[in-house]
Amino acid sequence: MSDARAAILGTLRRTRDAHPLTPPPSDFTPLAEKQWPPEERLPRIRRLMEAVHTEFLEATEADWPAVVTDFLTREGASTLLYAPETIDGAKLSANTHSPSPPRGEGRGEGDVASSLTLIPYDRPIEDFKQQMFEGIDAGLTGTLGAIADTGSLILWPSAQEPRLLSLVPHIHVALLRADALYDSFWQAMRDGRWADGMPTNALLISGPSKTADIEQTLAYGVHGPKRLVVVIVR
Amino acid sequence: MADHAAQAVNFAAASKAALQDSELRGNFRRAMDGLMTKRAVQFADGQEWHRMRALAASVRLRALSKLPELLEQLETNLTRNGIQVHWAATTAEANAITLEIMRKANATLAVKGKSMVTEEMHLNAFLEDHDIEVLESDLGEYIVQLDGTMPSHIIMPAIHLNTKQIAHLFKQKIKDAASTGEDAAALTDLARRILRQKFMKAGVGMSGVNAAVAETGTLCLIENEGNGRMCTTVPPVHIAFMGLEKVVERLEDVPPIISLLPRSATGQPITTYVNMISSPRKEGEKDGPREIHVVILDNGRSSVYADPELRDTLRCIRCGACMNHCPVYTKVGGHAYQAPYPGPIGKILVPQMEGLAKRGEMPHACTMCNACVEICPVKIPIVEIMGRLRVEAVRPSATVKDAGAQASRTEALVWKGWAAMNSSPLAYRLATTALSAVGNAAPASLPLLKDWTSVRSKPRFAAKTLHDLARKKGIPDV
Amino acid sequence: MDRPTPPPSTLATKPTKVYFFGTCLVDLFFPDAGMAGMELLQAQGLEVVFPQGQSCCGQPAYNSGYRDDALKVARAQLDLFPGDLPIVVPSGSCAGMMKKHWPHLFHGEADEAKAVQVSSRVWELTQFLVQVLNVQLTDKGEPVRITWHASCHAQREMGVVEEPKALLRQLANVELVELKREKECCGFGGTFAVRHPEISAAMVGDKLADIEQTGAKRVVSGDCGCLMNINGALEAGRKPVQGQHIAQFLKERIHG
Repeated sequence: MSDARAAILGTLRRTRDAHPLTPPPSDFTPLAEKQWPPEERLPRIRRLMEAVHTEFLEATEADWPAVVTDFLTREGASTLLYAPETIDGAKLSANTHSPSPPRGEGRGEGDVASSLTLIPYDRPIEDFKQQMFEGIDAGLTGTLGAIADTGSLILWPSAQEPRLLSLVPHIHVALLRADALYDSFWQAMRDGRWADGMPTNALLISGPSKTADIEQTLAYGVHGPKRLVVVIVR
Repeated sequence: MADHAAQAVNFAAASKAALQDSELRGNFRRAMDGLMTKRAVQFADGQEWHRMRALAASVRLRALSKLPELLEQLETNLTRNGIQVHWAATTAEANAITLEIMRKANATLAVKGKSMVTEEMHLNAFLEDHDIEVLESDLGEYIVQLDGTMPSHIIMPAIHLNTKQIAHLFKQKIKDAASTGEDAAALTDLARRILRQKFMKAGVGMSGVNAAVAETGTLCLIENEGNGRMCTTVPPVHIAFMGLEKVVERLEDVPPIISLLPRSATGQPITTYVNMISSPRKEGEKDGPREIHVVILDNGRSSVYADPELRDTLRCIRCGACMNHCPVYTKVGGHAYQAPYPGPIGKILVPQMEGLAKRGEMPHACTMCNACVEICPVKIPIVEIMGRLRVEAVRPSATVKDAGAQASRTEALVWKGWAAMNSSPLAYRLATTALSAVGNAAPASLPLLKDWTSVRSKPRFAAKTLHDLARKKGIPDV
Repeated sequence: MDRPTPPPSTLATKPTKVYFFGTCLVDLFFPDAGMAGMELLQAQGLEVVFPQGQSCCGQPAYNSGYRDDALKVARAQLDLFPGDLPIVVPSGSCAGMMKKHWPHLFHGEADEAKAVQVSSRVWELTQFLVQVLNVQLTDKGEPVRITWHASCHAQREMGVVEEPKALLRQLANVELVELKREKECCGFGGTFAVRHPEISAAMVGDKLADIEQTGAKRVVSGDCGCLMNINGALEAGRKPVQGQHIAQFLKERIHG
């Protein structure tokens, strides 16, 4: 197929050179001007995300594991997939009375204090695909922050905190540090120097999965999580 | 012209049928009214709109100004990131590339997110001929696939159907649908259960690309449902299809597009997911595809690029807002166009891809009202291009495929006569005086008058022309 | 590249004399609207010149793909406006053709500079009445409810949206009820109406329904193409509403 490559690039180069195009300068100020006073960012994020059915919980660094597990227990969830190798994941398992199940097993045991079982995402997806799709109620992830302009969480999944944690479980619980707020996607990208090295996958998540493909009627939870729960950690 | 007639797509006949379907017309009218209103709310601040679209247009124009270089840079960076790049001049080549990847992966089931490029390729039919199942996973695409039809809108593929019709379709085609409710939530939940099984089992996931970043070798996809993330994360192999114009220079160029596309398309501030993919699964990572392939498709785009005026067609970011605002599209719906891209952008893009013999009528299915131009987030001069294609349709040239295919001697003579009459004051005066005197005697059964009078009374020539009245009133001539 | 309509030329002083370009549709089908337009200008103390050599702006051929024929016709108009005076046109569509498309049509031609110069002096009638003359109207007519049909090209090629409605709102006894879908095309589209008669019929059908729901007795517009279409459909459908050109309507109102 290198023939196609040479032919395509050759045509493009030849015809562009015959009729060069001078683009107008890109003025990014309309994006740079998307700014909110620090105290308005979180309320705005909340308002925008709640408008698309995102739920919010308030917590502190000390009590968020309890807030999360209490909430999920109350909501009838029995399994929580988490990332054991992250700081948050370690904290969750250390502060939850339900011990993690042994490697490779389906369910945890000995959930004395609550009916919620923690399941570590500690092996490749191929090793537990069926359980992932059929046996997990909730998934917990951290975030890199949130964006005031559009009400979006920023996630950079990693080897420690894999991609499907925020996609397959029916409930996605995301920890948002109240001081990690950006004005716009553009600002987050520039401040974080994303262009210097992109991760395998970078995500903005602005609500639970939704569709309006049936007669413009909004329905939540079509393929991804049915519920998105943001825990604001102060 | 006669030898082309057989293969020409008959838009007029299809639109006539659509107009008679009052349910269809109602579905489109309701949907388009809603979408226009929602979009207007997003752009209530006119200043912000004007500056943002100027920015987005500049991003697209800058990309086009360096298109060959950016495609090479994109290829270099994708390859460096471990993503395999394939080039296809034609849809047949793209299909063959896809089949080969599927065979190497021993895959017999593919799940696909939304990709309009694969609609151009007729990829599903092609793979099914090779015993490979392709399942559309975007809910709207899934519905039209079940129905055995094609998308009627590039963003909302099943917009032509109402809930009742979809419930009926599900009951006919899906085994466990009988016990399901008939509201959107229940139907959505049924699709969720069925498709999750497929995501789990598919050997290949397919997607389109909203923007490919040359600077970093990143594929950006936006969506609401999560099926796009499923297709690009769960199966072991991911194939992404992109038209060659989808490249942008820098990562920073993505936010303007991400900002304008969903606001223009559906009136939402952002889609639920913005998914940026820069590499297959790396050592130690626990999920994500082990292979990613990008198929860069030309399919006539390099010819579109060759002409400095037509080139602007390639600015398009596929938001579909032009459809939502098109009074013709709203009346006839997407299927009447019988093309992967309906509505205004389709009317300028498809004739350039497929040629003016087959698609010569498309640029004429437009009143040139400019509603699309007014709301296009990247300022494509759609109507200017429409006018230019009307010229190409009747004038043989090497610029557009099958240029001159619609040339008609009779029509050319009529315009010659018209020009002669209107460029000589004496001829004009004689002709208009004659029309004023006897024009009204023309029978309503004359070819063009017949069409006019199908729902209108005959236009009446005034007894005296404005020239006459002005002269009589003594209005000076110089 | 984008081809935005050039902004209206700002006139340093209020002119005392203008050219009037009547357009071919007005000439043949709506001459009274043309006369009314000229009278409105004269009533403001302007001398109006109507060059008898004028015919058509060339738009029909231009939009049909026959640019050479369009050029021939447009070119025949260029020498009719030798003085450096505004050219007032009682049609947004024809004004749009002259102002926005002539520079493109004449691009690369020997008389390009002349065409651009003429083009730069073009004004749509209501735009001129409001922006340049700042006319103040006194309504002498009976109370009436009307609606306004905005032509696509007046709105989107000439940028004329508020001017005609501002004029209508000056009339004390006129109740202006706006259409629900004021911005939507009526389905005329020049040759579109006969090339795709069924779609055009559906479009004008929707427009009529919108007009009827306002309860207006009259639909006023600034473009005779739209009026031919809307009036023809109103008449064929035996609707009790009538379409009228804004120049004629304004003239009637100020004369009582």
